Amino acid sequence: MTTWRPRLQKIPPLWWQAGLLVLAILLPLPLNDYYRAVLWRTGLYAILGLSLNIIVGYAGLFQLGHAAFYALGAYTSALLNLHFDIPLILTWPASILVAALFGYLISRPILHLRGDYLCIVTIAFGEVVRLALVNNIFGITGGANGLSGIDRPVLFGLVLRSPIHHYYLVLFFLVLTLFAVRRLENSRLGRAWMYVREDETAAEAMGVNTTRVKLLAFVLGSGWAGMAGALYVARVPVVSPDLARFIESVIMFCIVVLGGTGSIPGVFVGTLGMITLPEIFRFLKTWRDAWMGVAMVAMMIARPEGLWPSRRIRMEIREEE
Amino acid sequence: MQQLLQQLINGITIGAFYALVALGYTMVYGVLKLINFAHGGLFMWGAYVGLTGLNVLLVLLAGGGAVAIFPTAVIVMVTIAMVGVLVERVAYRPLRSAGRLAPIISALGVAFILESLARNVYGASYKTYPTGLIPVGRVEILQGVRVSLMQAIVLIVSFLLMAALYLFVYRTRIGTAMRAVALDHEVSRLMGIDVDRIIATVFLIGPGLGGLAGMIVALYYGSFDFTLGWIFGLKAFISAILGGIGNIPGAMLGGMILGIIETLGAGYVSPQWKDVIAYVILILILIFRPTGLLGERVAEKL
Repeated sequence: MTTWRPRLQKIPPLWWQAGLLVLAILLPLPLNDYYRAVLWRTGLYAILGLSLNIIVGYAGLFQLGHAAFYALGAYTSALLNLHFDIPLILTWPASILVAALFGYLISRPILHLRGDYLCIVTIAFGEVVRLALVNNIFGITGGANGLSGIDRPVLFGLVLRSPIHHYYLVLFFLVLTLFAVRRLENSRLGRAWMYVREDETAAEAMGVNTTRVKLLAFVLGSGWAGMAGALYVARVPVVSPDLARFIESVIMFCIVVLGGTGSIPGVFVGTLGMITLPEIFRFLKTWRDAWMGVAMVAMMIARPEGLWPSRRIRMEIREEE
Repeated sequence: MQQLLQQLINGITIGAFYALVALGYTMVYGVLKLINFAHGGLFMWGAYVGLTGLNVLLVLLAGGGAVAIFPTAVIVMVTIAMVGVLVERVAYRPLRSAGRLAPIISALGVAFILESLARNVYGASYKTYPTGLIPVGRVEILQGVRVSLMQAIVLIVSFLLMAALYLFVYRTRIGTAMRAVALDHEVSRLMGIDVDRIIATVFLIGPGLGGLAGMIVALYYGSFDFTLGWIFGLKAFISAILGGIGNIPGAMLGGMILGIIETLGAGYVSPQWKDVIAYVILILILIFRPTGLLGERVAEKL
């Protein structure tokens, strides 16, 4: 790269992190409600992307049913609020737990499967969850219409109802997520994930409990997607089985892969391409699936490591050539 | 008993569709070890091309009726086969040495392009095929058990196609070359087989059959929309897995079994849970017997 790169690298990371945070806080102020809602969506999908990145990026497990956990989190929050009148904010831990529990139950029997088989099973699980919601399982999910009439979240006496409230709520959780995934990435567990991704047999030989490590990736990623589902309910007081549609899972998957598998900045690049741009340029929306498709094919051929890859993944992919 | 027999006949008809589509998945998986997610989209385009072809031909032939079906079927097969070859050339060939993740994403990408194109070109609403082309002609083969003319045609055509494909793969030189490529690209190349051409042939036959199946399915049900490819594609893929992916007789068997289980499930359990039954079968098979029912002869994989 050119000369700006080393110069940029001299700036202490805390500085530009703080700068980005200030920018993120100030960004919605001059915008109207529509663009604030777009920012909210961007933040929400960045959280979802970061959660899926734990599974797909760090641990290298193909998960094409991530939207199911997002929907489970949303339904948990909605149901607890509707039936037991629990304030939304207090339902959030339950959303995380339920999604994480399902993540555990679903991934436990399928961890031994190889890449593409795993991918198919996760699609099937995602569809089973969606169909169960559509078919009004146990008579509580409200069928194809879903559930409505959910309360607004109340935070310290403030009822969150305008887009900017929700944007800041999501931003708070996004920063929290970023902090958590950065810590995870450099933890013992994070290194174990990457070891498993790069060579499972070698990892096992070095004493990494691969089953446990992969399971943890699924549980943490799914649980955090459940949190994102709860954040969705906080803004949109209606949930429907559409949340678990396959296309949602694919969008999340693309956010991770197109930006650069396993890369945190990559997730943001991916979210920008998959969510923000189609929202701003409405004409892209009718053709969004097609443009997603073209982007997927072109990226895999021209730049399989993603737009902003993590250094480790780039070395891995380039080495194979 | 009558109801059971009737359900079995309906199930076998649907199973024949699944089998025809599953063949495309299984053949591609055989030679490339790739789940061709685009296959469902090609199948759906078969239904759309068939619709346009039939409408045009019916005008040209001034109400030729059922006569229009045969040339349309040929047009559909040729068009979709060519699209299939194109997809392989553009989206899969450059990725042949790029690991496992890249081709899967590329295949998903192609699936989205095909689906989005169909929705934007033909619209999101349900399309109906011209009615009355094939007379209903129900025949009572047993007391209370009926087979319609349409069902009989579907079954005969499907079985003929499958038998032809089986003979092609197991009795001809090109078929033998295909099986060799499925085993090992490098060694096949050393034996003088043009691997690229064989793979292109697979992408000619699989999508050709799939496209034709799309048209037959649309004729059978009468109406469809752009989501047809996704649902049917997934079911066909489940059939391929059920029979043992990469295995041609397995795909046929898997399709039949899935069709029957699904119909019986819809009849005796609940029609709403029909799809769930199919997915649960897939999950159970992958957990307990990932090689599928006929998957033990790994050396014989296409």
